[in-house]
Amino acid sequence: MKLRSYIFKRLLLSLFVLIGLSMVIFVISRVVPGDPARMALGPRAPQFAVEAMRQDMHLDKPLVAQYLYWVKGVAVWDLGESLTTRRPVTKDVQDFLPATLELALVAAFLVVTLSILFGTLAARYRDKWIDTLVRVFSYTGVAVPSFVLAVLFLLLFGYIWPVIPVLGRLSPHVLPPPTITGLITVDSLLSGNLTAFWDALKHLIVPAFALAMGPLFQEARIVRTAMTDNMGKDYLAAAKGYGIPNRVIMTKYLLKPSLIPAVSVMGLDIASLMSNAFLVEVIFNWPGISRYGMNAMLRKDLNSISAVIIIFGLIFVIVNILVDFVVAYLDPRIRLGGKT
Amino acid sequence: MNTNPLTNSEIILPSVSYRLKEGMRKNWYKFSRNKLSVIGLGIVLAVVLTAVFAPLLSPYPLHAEKFVDYQNANLPPSGHYFFGTDVFGRDIVTRIFFSLRGALVMAILVLSISVPVGVFLGLVAGYFKGHWIETVIMRVTDIFLAVPPLLLALAIAAVLEPNLTNAMIAVTIMWWPWYTRLVYGMASSFKNEYFVIGAELIGASKGHILFREILPNCLSPIFTKMALDVGWVILIGASLSFVGLGEQPPTPALGQMVADGSRYMPDSWWMTIFPSLAIVIIILGFNLLGDGVRDMLAKGEKGNE
Repeated sequence: MKLRSYIFKRLLLSLFVLIGLSMVIFVISRVVPGDPARMALGPRAPQFAVEAMRQDMHLDKPLVAQYLYWVKGVAVWDLGESLTTRRPVTKDVQDFLPATLELALVAAFLVVTLSILFGTLAARYRDKWIDTLVRVFSYTGVAVPSFVLAVLFLLLFGYIWPVIPVLGRLSPHVLPPPTITGLITVDSLLSGNLTAFWDALKHLIVPAFALAMGPLFQEARIVRTAMTDNMGKDYLAAAKGYGIPNRVIMTKYLLKPSLIPAVSVMGLDIASLMSNAFLVEVIFNWPGISRYGMNAMLRKDLNSISAVIIIFGLIFVIVNILVDFVVAYLDPRIRLGGKT
Repeated sequence: MNTNPLTNSEIILPSVSYRLKEGMRKNWYKFSRNKLSVIGLGIVLAVVLTAVFAPLLSPYPLHAEKFVDYQNANLPPSGHYFFGTDVFGRDIVTRIFFSLRGALVMAILVLSISVPVGVFLGLVAGYFKGHWIETVIMRVTDIFLAVPPLLLALAIAAVLEPNLTNAMIAVTIMWWPWYTRLVYGMASSFKNEYFVIGAELIGASKGHILFREILPNCLSPIFTKMALDVGWVILIGASLSFVGLGEQPPTPALGQMVADGSRYMPDSWWMTIFPSLAIVIIILGFNLLGDGVRDMLAKGEKGNE
């Protein structure tokens, strides 16, 4: 089967990328900053303690051996101890990652649904106000960094027009649901706590929009351009000639091929969404992995930094694989192994 | 267009200046058809001039460095201080003007290092498609493209000492793969074109084929991407300085001003809003200019823009 070999090739490539990424992270965390043992213990630590730590961290071995030790640790989910929280890094990651995932998932959901909606509307009502709106927002959306948007939202919804909560994940008076997945919205639904669900959702909306706004209208513009390009194609005129209803033509024959370019870009956008979460979480006081990583970066906590990058790289690779599969599903030329 | 400008100019020497003028007129016509591009050009020129002449243009040049005037601290916008003053009593206008310098220097240096490196690797990888060289270069590129650029730049900048130079190093390390991938795609398709095969047949050197045959044909997408990328580099730079990994105080930087100001948010809104607007306008200007450059360099008519 062509599809199976395509998937296999794709997975193999991702494996290479992950191995390479681990080398890059290793270089960043171990080679660039000088002596990690000295950095871990601080400038006032006695020399013998540093020597002991060096042996403990295998720093006295050659670089290749160090790398292998480090990979072995990563493989069994042991990323060392955080220098700021003094806990295993993996524990910290488990605590902080769900909040970020929840935020990113909601933002990604907004990007995907709203971009398709706005793109379709802009193509359907070309040169009407909705088309102009999408164009204006796509120009300004690129130029407004998400952290600036976050600050503006904070000013707007936090002080001027406080209709929606903007800080944290839950209001103080709402009891958090028991931790099952770590995603508060899912947990509260699973435990049947609708108050908490509604409150968590309200807290999610503003940060998620701050993240989604930029890519959203970019994608909408791509969808719109692809649709208007495809509108003139002969096969659509033929479909119209057969008397297929306009609604079916729009969704089944026009939308599906027009989504391919947007979906390919979405992978990258969702990834940059994760890294923009770094800045947005700081502003909205969101207790996620990004804020954890940011603290680690400001304190040069190398184990935590490399853990955060590994996780983000992993998520990025997974998202890109998923995107490739969606594209393969949408594009029969890839699925059936023809020429693209 | 002419693939080899040197020989052409030798043949029609007298009319070269005329042709150049004519070409510029044509380009300007294509560029200025879209009013937004002209607005973008205006913004970019204004930004560059402001940055260069910041000491002359800003009302209080001393406020760009270490300066304290608690009598005039936290003042809202007024006739004396158009955008107000910060917690140390420094004029926000002056600090915005001076922070443009760092932003532009960063964009210029990052692109002038990462573009040649990325383009060279892309050319080589594309021309040696199927060779192990291609595999090595493109897999390394994939790895760098596998992490969100902002994240790895943050990580590198965090491991090094926080300052403008290291922020530039971090962004440069992240930037070249995009050019490698762009040029790789073009070079690997030109590789089978007749002009390259012809050059190979008459025994042209590899350097000639790469730089005199393939490279000139890749230039306009490269320039388009560069024009757009200036805005992106400034954005990443602002993001880095927003978290304290860029230019260190007292030297002003836009991201740093937004971050510092957001602590005094509801009351002293001018400390945050004006630097934020400056970031937005600069990036908007470079993006509009970049779109104009793309329209200008595009061959033939564009579809439905």
